[in-house]
This record gives sequence, structure tokens and C-alpha cells, in this order.
Amino acid sequence: MPDEVQELFDKLKKDAQASGYNLNTDEAFVTELIKGLIVNQKRYGYNSCPCRLSEGDKWKDMDIICPCDYRDLDVSEFGSCYCALYVSEAVARGEKKFEPVPERRFSSQEKKALSPLDSLGQKKNLAYPVWRCKVCGYLCAREQAPDTCPICKAANDRFEMFF
Amino acid sequence: MAKQRVDGEDRGSIQLYALSTCVWCKMTKALLEKMNIGFDYVYVDQLQGEEKEQALEEVKRWNPKCSFPSLVVHGKKCVIGYKEDEIKEAIDTV
Repeated sequence: MPDEVQELFDKLKKDAQASGYNLNTDEAFVTELIKGLIVNQKRYGYNSCPCRLSEGDKWKDMDIICPCDYRDLDVSEFGSCYCALYVSEAVARGEKKFEPVPERRFSSQEKKALSPLDSLGQKKNLAYPVWRCKVCGYLCAREQAPDTCPICKAANDRFEMFF
Repeated sequence: MAKQRVDGEDRGSIQLYALSTCVWCKMTKALLEKMNIGFDYVYVDQLQGEEKEQALEEVKRWNPKCSFPSLVVHGKKCVIGYKEDEIKEAIDTV
């Protein structure tokens, strides 16, 4: 494994273990995914999903920057995320195989946070706004969202105002 | 649009729209190669400008979410994702 691939692999594995996620245990498969992430990091400046087409615009691609906004839902429902970098406990233990996952992105049932108007209206009754991590669903009530999600380590720009 | 040709048994038009970074796309391409079937493929993420627009138009006609791999078999059916059985069935029956 080239150095940069090994380095990212070690980091992702460590972060996953620390926050209760599981990397796919198929090392050859994961190595290919990590190579794709590194290509995207160099090409776009951010590590967007290797199995989705990036627009090359960070704001438009925000939801598919790894870990994507859809990871947790797909791991729960299908046993792996869309590209299968992350898998469920059952898959990690070898009790279930991982399979292709249908694309969840752009589906109309996607839940939206409250509209800004509602947020403002609601906020009047709250001492603090509530921020939601779009990657893992972590909620916190404070003036500003944290720099890094304490649960899944997503960056500050993955937070939305929830109330 | 510059598609790459993989030579093999002629089973009619088989067009693979793929991403160069995607593992599932690689597996789909490897499956077709293993089946010794002639097909055309294109890595949409490596296209630019008009060529890219044209490729996306083609994919969206079959797969509105424009996900990859998209395999268009005989201009009649599109298999979305690496689904080994569906791919084989589409090539055999469509």
C-alpha cells in the first residue's frame, strides 16, 4: 500500500473505531476506495465520495464529502454506506455480506430542517439555537455550531440550524 | 464523446458509464471483461465541457439520478449499479 493510502487508511480506521463506526473489513476493496478519495482530494480540494460524480463545487458537493450525509441511514438500512467504505456491525463481524446500495441522494423524501423563518420564530422561545450535524444527527444547543462534531468528527460546515 | 472500446464477443451495443474512482464501476467493468464481451465505456469524471454534458444527458435519459455505474444494454435497458445477475440477464435476454 503506498504511504498516503496507508496513512489515510490508518486515520479512517482509528476515527471509525473511536466513534462507533466500522470500516469495511475487505482491505483490498477499502484500498481502492481510499485511492479514489485521494484522487478526489487532489482534483477537487475535498474528499468527495469516490462512487459519486462531483460537481467540483464544494457547496454543491457538501452532502457527499466523506463521510456523506447518507452514511448512517444507509448503514442502518442496507448494512453499508453507498460506496461501502463504512459497514454495519453485522457486516463487520462477517454475519452479513455488503451489497450495492441504491442512491439515496436527490430523493424527494429527504427530510429538510425547519425553514429559516420557522427557525427564527422558534428561536425566540429558546435560550440557544440548536445545531444538528447532518452526518450523524448530533444535536447541541449553543450560540455557534462546534468546529468539529464531537461524535463523528465532521467539520463545522456540515452543521445546520435545527431549531 | 470519446468512448473506449474493449474488444470481445459482439453481443450488440453495451455502453458502460462509469467513474474512474469508483470501486463498483471497476467491478462492473471487470465482470464484462471476464464475460469476454465487447463493450464501450467512458469515465464521466474525466470528461470536460461539452463532452461531459453530453455524457450526463445520455445517462440521465436512463437513470435520472445519474448514478454510476450505469450500463445501457442494447439501447433498451439500463442496469444501475453492480448487479451481477441483472447485468448477465440483460445481456442474455434484452
